[in-house]
Amino acid sequence: METLKHWSLLALALLLTGCSLPGPAAKGAAADRLIVFAAASLTDPFQELAAQFEAANSGVDVVFNFAGSQQLAQQLAQGAAVDLFASANDYQMGAAIDAGRVISGTQRVFAGNKLVVITPVGSPTSLNTLQDLATPGVKIVLAARNVPVGDYALMFLKKAATSSQFGAGYDQAVLANVVSYEENVKAVLSKVVLGEADAGVVYSSDVPPALLDKVQRIEIPERLNALATYPIAIVADAPNSALAQRFLKFVLSPEGQAVLAHYGLIPVRE
Amino acid sequence: MVTTPTSTSPPIAVTTARLERRWRRSRDTVILLVFSAPLLIFLALPLLALIVRAAPVDLLANLFDPDVAQAIWLSMATTTTTLLLTLVLGTPVAFLLARRRFRGRAALDTLIDLPIVLPPLVAGIALLLAFGRRGLLGQQFSVMGIDIAFTRIAVVMAQLFVAAPFFVKAATAGFANVDREIEYAAALDGASSFQVFRLITIPLSGAALLAGAIMTWARALGEFGATIIFAGNFPGRTQTMPLAIYLGFELELNRALTLSAILLLASFLVLFIVKVLLRQRLQVWGQ
Repeated sequence: METLKHWSLLALALLLTGCSLPGPAAKGAAADRLIVFAAASLTDPFQELAAQFEAANSGVDVVFNFAGSQQLAQQLAQGAAVDLFASANDYQMGAAIDAGRVISGTQRVFAGNKLVVITPVGSPTSLNTLQDLATPGVKIVLAARNVPVGDYALMFLKKAATSSQFGAGYDQAVLANVVSYEENVKAVLSKVVLGEADAGVVYSSDVPPALLDKVQRIEIPERLNALATYPIAIVADAPNSALAQRFLKFVLSPEGQAVLAHYGLIPVRE
Repeated sequence: MVTTPTSTSPPIAVTTARLERRWRRSRDTVILLVFSAPLLIFLALPLLALIVRAAPVDLLANLFDPDVAQAIWLSMATTTTTLLLTLVLGTPVAFLLARRRFRGRAALDTLIDLPIVLPPLVAGIALLLAFGRRGLLGQQFSVMGIDIAFTRIAVVMAQLFVAAPFFVKAATAGFANVDREIEYAAALDGASSFQVFRLITIPLSGAALLAGAIMTWARALGEFGATIIFAGNFPGRTQTMPLAIYLGFELELNRALTLSAILLLASFLVLFIVKVLLRQRLQVWGQ
């Protein structure tokens, strides 16, 4: 269960509260139907990929189940009929491998994600650099420690404190400005979009171009950033493995990677 | 009151009739119990599971965990504030609804119902849009240097929004049920409006007021959705018991269990004590 203003935010709210759609139950799927289980953070880019794929292959129908990777891995372990599984981390892909649904070694990294600091557009307090986060009085929201992105954010602060650019007290100064540890990354995003907080730390892919009129990005240098990788694999007993193979190829193609990059994911360098 | 028969040995026919009545009554009780059992068991079992799972030793050890202690203290402080505010601000509204007929009364009454049926998450978003930094009133507050979101004030406001209607509803019914003749009599004897209210109306509707206050307190204690959206989550500042339970659930199940058990026991104890007190007072008044 999760959390959201505005019509654009209402869509966000639906995304948060609507957890997941039930996986497609039909076993004897049509020959041109592709069933994809994908991490929730892939919702927007994968829907666009599917639209392009369907346009290029007439008659093909791509069906998605978007949810938290751990939920998808669990559904896979329980025997859901799936062609492709795209996870937000290696750990949950490993769970699918352990469950015997994915053959170890067949998975491929297709995208990366990174942290980014966001600030509301038109904020009274002008925040332009990462150093500004340590200015007393700035209101910062982070995800809670037990949420992956919250843990990554703490790692970034700790790394920054060892850098001469930021100084040893940086992480403590920033943490002293934290006003809330949110239960999930979308809640961090909404508090910044609403202007309640002056800054937040989220995944790069959480800030699609459509949101750039509401929030500003402050990039975190790669050496301080915590990078996440997204693996994808064709399920061992995929009902439609030939079509799955074609979709996978499309995701890894320059066109596919461009779509992922457009939505803030990091394309894999071939 | 049951009146005991004073006559000597009633006729046989009457005795059997009474026996039959008594038998039928106890048979009906058994049937009633059988049909009541599913819901009662369904309600009791999860609560029981919670108590059984939270081992007393862990419970005590976790009780002194700073985060747990902080959450308990914060919950007690904020719910008490909420309750006091509800009594002060809610009583006039209840009296207005109970004693005056005016255009728009039905709309007002429905307004009071709304927070009860709204999902608390919606309440949280609404509060943010009204009192947040960029909200309707928040901008004025912000200019004055008052920031509400992410503070204890926000915690109390979230609780007040979702919980106050319970007291207003109960108090409205209580005020409406007071025998007006007694109030008129007191007024005729020279009591001022305020004296009538304080010495007649309040005591005569005391049971309803108390029940309403308890419901408000209990609802405030359990409040989660509006709080996490409007006040955020910061240990010691805005992390009340329900928030600590939710966030602890994924990280440290034991801590979540401790807090759940405490919340459950505290709620049960308060509700139970008040009900017993209420019954005694009602009996006193009844005589």
